[in-house]
Amino acid sequence: MRYLPKSPSERQEMLEAIGARSVEEFYQAIPEKFRLRETLPLPGPLSEMEIIQYFQARAAENARGFTSFLGAGVYQHLRSVVTDALVQRGEFLTSYTPYQAEMAQGTLTAIFEFQTLMSQLTGQEVANASMYDGSTALTEAVLMAERLTGRHRVLVARSVHPEYRQVLATYAKNLGLEIEEIRYTPSGQVDNAALTPKLLATAAAVVIQSPNFFGVLEELPTLAEKVHAAGGLVVTAITEAVSLGIVRPPAEADIVAMEGQAFGVGPSYGGPYVGVIATREKFVRQMPGRLAGQTTDAAGRRGFVLTLATREQHIRREKATSNICTNEALYALVATIHLCLLGKEGLREMALQNLAKAHFAQVELEKIPGVRRVFSGPTFNEFTLEFPRSVKLVNAALLRENIVGPFALGTHYPELTKRALVCVTEGTPRAEIERMAAAVRRILETPI
Amino acid sequence: MNSKVTETETFAGTTSPASRHISRDERLIFERSAPGKRGMELPPLDVPAVDPAAALGRDFVRDSIEGFPEVSEIEVIRHFTRLSSWNYAIDLGMYPLGSCTMKYNPRVNEFVARLDGLASEHPEQPGEVSQGCLRILHDLQKCLLAITGMDAATLQPAAGAQGELTGLLMIRAYLESQGNARKKVLIPDSAHGTNPASVVIAGYEVQNIKSNDRGQIDTDHLREYVKDDVAALMLTNPSTIGVFEERIAEIAQILHERGALVYMDGANMNALAGVTRPGDFGVDVMHLNLHKTFSTPHGGGGPGAGPVMVKKILEPFLPIPVVLQKENGQYALDCNRPRAIGRVRAYCGNFGVLLRALAYTLAYGPGIRQATEDAVVNANYIRKHLEGVFDLPYNLPSMHEVVFSDARQKKHGVSTMDIAKRLIDYGFHPYTTAFPLIVPGAMMIEPTESESREECDLLIGAMLAIAAEAEANPDLLRSAPHSTRIGRLDEVAAARKPILRWKP
Repeated sequence: MRYLPKSPSERQEMLEAIGARSVEEFYQAIPEKFRLRETLPLPGPLSEMEIIQYFQARAAENARGFTSFLGAGVYQHLRSVVTDALVQRGEFLTSYTPYQAEMAQGTLTAIFEFQTLMSQLTGQEVANASMYDGSTALTEAVLMAERLTGRHRVLVARSVHPEYRQVLATYAKNLGLEIEEIRYTPSGQVDNAALTPKLLATAAAVVIQSPNFFGVLEELPTLAEKVHAAGGLVVTAITEAVSLGIVRPPAEADIVAMEGQAFGVGPSYGGPYVGVIATREKFVRQMPGRLAGQTTDAAGRRGFVLTLATREQHIRREKATSNICTNEALYALVATIHLCLLGKEGLREMALQNLAKAHFAQVELEKIPGVRRVFSGPTFNEFTLEFPRSVKLVNAALLRENIVGPFALGTHYPELTKRALVCVTEGTPRAEIERMAAAVRRILETPI
Repeated sequence: MNSKVTETETFAGTTSPASRHISRDERLIFERSAPGKRGMELPPLDVPAVDPAAALGRDFVRDSIEGFPEVSEIEVIRHFTRLSSWNYAIDLGMYPLGSCTMKYNPRVNEFVARLDGLASEHPEQPGEVSQGCLRILHDLQKCLLAITGMDAATLQPAAGAQGELTGLLMIRAYLESQGNARKKVLIPDSAHGTNPASVVIAGYEVQNIKSNDRGQIDTDHLREYVKDDVAALMLTNPSTIGVFEERIAEIAQILHERGALVYMDGANMNALAGVTRPGDFGVDVMHLNLHKTFSTPHGGGGPGAGPVMVKKILEPFLPIPVVLQKENGQYALDCNRPRAIGRVRAYCGNFGVLLRALAYTLAYGPGIRQATEDAVVNANYIRKHLEGVFDLPYNLPSMHEVVFSDARQKKHGVSTMDIAKRLIDYGFHPYTTAFPLIVPGAMMIEPTESESREECDLLIGAMLAIAAEAEANPDLLRSAPHSTRIGRLDEVAAARKPILRWKP
């Protein structure tokens, strides 16, 4: 087998050196009746070429080559080939968690840069080394707010990503954490009027997302003032991180839970992505996840180490701030390299292109009879449209033209059937936007 | 002091002018920045530009980001290439971290994970154009079930710790359906720290149980602990000292007799794959760390994936979505499962990691047993050569890893950490120190199957040389490493006054 570096005679010689007659001797502790006598019913072994063929065949069964107008938490943005070339260096790819700092300064320095970039982008003071993804980051942010306030109730906007809310519900269920949903207004934004003083008085946090699941930006400053006055915290989720290139960061939030996938990480059918938690310096000891910090060696040279580990499970066990151990370091590196390449101007330009292209698509689609915009609030690269027909039917017809249509909101919001969330990024060519608009027009003109 | 410097420089051989190259002191990317530079350009905008203040409202538009980097492409390449040269990696040599299973990460796995049509697929796209992704998930499930001997699986959890939580939530849901969720989960003192941390999030109390003098679960003690308020035992098998729980069948029986379940932390499954199946020896629920046994790259700390396998009785409680194959042969995601514990992560888990694990499994097929055997032979070969020089606190047959202690070297004032740091000078990453907690001064060595006899011999040679140095020149160890660009770092200062980001 090509991955195994021993010849048959070396195996034999090693057994002899150990003083064992056969490898069976090492399995004496396994009761006889549990030892497998037959080989496992597994496909393979496959050569490298056969493995590639298997996966190429699978790729051909997907939407390869289709143009997609899906966002809803996962975004297709342009990436430089440089990012992939760098993260495939074995020194990054095949290294472990940097517990032994002298042999892991590469990873630690990159994490420190990641933490800095995430702080700068979110307008927060500190950010951690990464979480699994946005959905679990949001859940951990809420648990953090619960610890910080000692309150056990959270008010969650209905406009937060539905799957994020489902994950939160799964975790909250056994922890005595109550979740109350806050409705949205015709602008698509959280209903401030629903946040009564009585409700806020016992709330650990108000949880919003911006841009929210409908693509609408939330007005944070006034909301934060109100929540803070009642002694609660504001947790802000961000799923479309590229928006931060042009949109005002959630500086007034106390904890930001972000999905960093938009920063150079491919959709990859749902993961791996890179979650982020950013917060105020004074809350850092309640933060989950790893943190890299700057220090010096005996000669005074700057270096980086994993720090504040007394928050973490390998030290604190059942008293840890979270059970997270392995996180998404390699994808934090992807985001770091991607953002360094884009730089200050590139990120802003990318965000502006998203804004312009989404605006263009919206105007084009609204020209179609019966298609209209649903929410009045400001949007970045996603917007919600109402169709005169079931979105599922429209999408089924689009699929026949190699177009993956917009996200059908009725899946998660019964009150929003016939509404779809359209996403357009800098990677969507104008011609494809026009092709999609023409197809939608044709589909809607066809009698059912 | 001078004599030490000379000695270490001779040893490390790092006095060539090249070592003084700027790459030895690469600055942070922010410190390379200059206004107007960039490393990536976009195609020109092909639609009319939009004024952000007009489109969003002035209050929604941000100012320029202070301190954000501005660098060219070549500077990005050099910066990260230089940083990478400060890391150790599997690709450079043995990484004998016990419990971490640092094995070779096959390159074909990286290739297939990047194929157009896989890397490009959106998790919300319709099932009819996701059949390839769904089949990959379903095929992996089948392989993992065959290897573990379990009945049903979820691939959702993003890492081992999340797998633990998922498994515990399913145990809770099952027991609730039996009328009582119960209160406690038993955890041996040799367990990974994630176990107790996960138990708390699942809403249970941790009851620690002591290992016996053989490092194993004491079944008499266990009997006393297993009362009607115990939901489950969480055990790692082989345990974290690399030894199989001989009385596993009896342990499972004790739990089952009182209506409690057995959770197995599958972190050490690489000692068992193809040899024995947890589903056969009484395990009700377990997770696997695909970034350990199934070769997906650790990437400096993730991503991982922590699939959970269960027995039939727990199947109704699997988190949504569940990947299934319909009668017509089509694959689908099933979210309509009223007894499910809910969703533990958005979308379908770490698909890119799952895909790599399938590529690994396909490469071996039934031959995966050979990988298991080689890992066990390597651990025992190293044990044989170091036994007698280093203290072996538990003298039981080792499987995939061996745990020594620093008891003998302590007499010379040298700790496991000092030995570990000195190992760096010999070109190896240190072994695992300070774990498991039941071994004071633990030195936990796991070579994996990826090491040749020659590489094992090199490690053995280094360890024996260090043992001699510990007697002759303990200071050399206490001040190690001597060959890295930076010495031991002040961790106390880092934690006392945390500097967690660069500032202009």
